[in-house]
Amino acid sequence: MLRFVVTRLSLIVPTFIGMTLLAFFLVRLVPGDPIETMAGERGIDAARHEQLVKEYGFDRPVLVQYGIYIGRVLHGDLGKSIITQEPVISEFGALFPATVELAVCAILFALLVGIPAGIIAAVRRNSVFDHGVMATSLTGYSMPIFWWGLLLILLFSVQLGWTPVSGRLAVQYFIEPKTGFLLIDSLLSDDKGAFRSAVVHLILPAIVLGTNPLAVIARMTRSAMLEVLGEDYIRTARAKGLPPLRVVGVHALRNALIPVVTVIGLQVGVLFTGAILTETIFSWPGVGKWLIEAIQRRDYPVLQGGMLLLGAVVMLVNLLVDVAYGVINPRIRQSH
Amino acid sequence: MAEVISSPVALAAPPGPLREFWLSFRANRGAVIGLWVVLALLLLALLAPWVAPHAPHETNSAAFLRPPAWQAGGSIQYLLGTDAIGRDILSRLIWGARLSLSIGLGVVILSVVAGIALGLIAGFARGMVEIAIMRLMDIVLTLPSLLLAIVIVAILGPGLVNAMLAVAVVLLPHYVRITRASVVAEVSKDYVTAARVSGAGTLRLMFSEVLPNCAAPLIVQASLGISTAILDAAALGFLGLGAQPPSPEWGTMLADAREFVLRAWWVVTFPGLMILIAVLAFNLMGDGLRDALDPKLKR
Repeated sequence: MLRFVVTRLSLIVPTFIGMTLLAFFLVRLVPGDPIETMAGERGIDAARHEQLVKEYGFDRPVLVQYGIYIGRVLHGDLGKSIITQEPVISEFGALFPATVELAVCAILFALLVGIPAGIIAAVRRNSVFDHGVMATSLTGYSMPIFWWGLLLILLFSVQLGWTPVSGRLAVQYFIEPKTGFLLIDSLLSDDKGAFRSAVVHLILPAIVLGTNPLAVIARMTRSAMLEVLGEDYIRTARAKGLPPLRVVGVHALRNALIPVVTVIGLQVGVLFTGAILTETIFSWPGVGKWLIEAIQRRDYPVLQGGMLLLGAVVMLVNLLVDVAYGVINPRIRQSH
Repeated sequence: MAEVISSPVALAAPPGPLREFWLSFRANRGAVIGLWVVLALLLLALLAPWVAPHAPHETNSAAFLRPPAWQAGGSIQYLLGTDAIGRDILSRLIWGARLSLSIGLGVVILSVVAGIALGLIAGFARGMVEIAIMRLMDIVLTLPSLLLAIVIVAILGPGLVNAMLAVAVVLLPHYVRITRASVVAEVSKDYVTAARVSGAGTLRLMFSEVLPNCAAPLIVQASLGISTAILDAAALGFLGLGAQPPSPEWGTMLADAREFVLRAWWVVTFPGLMILIAVLAFNLMGDGLRDALDPKLKR
């Protein structure tokens, strides 16, 4: 087991180095002088220009610059935002919980709807329900979620007035950030109105972000379930006279969920991609919206650091999923 | 002599590969619908100048945010209504089909060609070259796809061509991986050894021996790649990083329409619907191709 973990870890190092290279060259590949590019249309005077060249180390050889950059990254120093002058890592830390909260709710929504839908579709194969699930999931898989979000706003926020259009919390509430997760913080502060407000703000974004994973999970559950239901041990369980619910819900589901777990792991990257779009539509104050704003403001340190941090998070989650998978399924461990 | 041999063979001829493919593709109803929709979109794109009732950039200051024809206040002149500066939405959607289909095809062609080249090199060279290429592809796969595309566009600057390049890079690893995997599987087979022994050079081995045998999975992946390309390019357009206004690209139209979501449902609804229809059609067709071309899944 230890060897398996070490092998997986050793695969991560070159990937991480590659990401730092990408982040490092990001600023240097932008055509023109990086300092002037960052200064934008306001322009910059010669003295300040000189000072910034020194500060960013642009006057030294590229290899030395990269060495310095790596050293800083390993010490958790990702530079400062040009706009706010805040360290990139602390801005990321402040916004990341909002993205995680949204992503967790989205994946929970996808699991709670997708797994039962997939199971029922498999058990009632070729029924109207089955065809409905397959058609819906193909549509969900093809859905441009930035449009889907606008449609839901149009229906539920504008026409019906059930949910707020954007943001994370109604303005009249203030919750002291303890964990950064508003659902937990508002519960801790015992403010029922704030909690309710946080929940209704979350519903639409979570549905939008959960749509793609939901489609994948429903399809995956259905096909895995169909495969397992054809196995001999299921026939044995049925022949023993076990109630169908127990055969499907316990005997079959356990094995059918193994590929589904892998798919959930693979959805992490999809979730972050979707979060960039979802946060933009709903003005959700998370890292996705922050990155898009960084591009619009030419805030390269933020883009550089944010990309590296998001990539690292995805990599770590994938590693955890792999290791967890090795724990569940010993065959994987030995094949490595 | 030749006649004697050829006539019985011709009588018992099995269905040719193309016919066999078509028979199993046709059995999948969704795939056929997808194919028809794709053909219709292609036709629409080709005939845009003749089919579209108005020019895509023609504005009419007397008809701002006119609702679709069937709603009160709408007119038959603007079937799907007009946008905030009086442009006909239907015409822009038809012209947009040109853009979106070219984006889909262009991106995938770019990505497939580069992917095949890199995959062939990795599969034949092995050693350090292979490790370097495959590691690079792993990095590309690790980053969330849209994030990587955004970073590339941030480097190159926003615009349609740069967005296409970015999406092509994001899709690249799939083609490299498929090509390399098929190459590695094929190279050890007897027919390749035979070709090599009889003096075929590496290039000949690559392109006329091995590559045709990797074609099926590449075709399937390419047809599914078109839908991803359309979707991602539209997402970049929506974020203001892809095609720039006043281009009638569907994602860019949506971005333009965002601020009118509260007043004019039609400016937001139709461009997105077109994206969904196009993506869905290519996905349906791709699924059908996979079922028809992948012998492992054949019923």
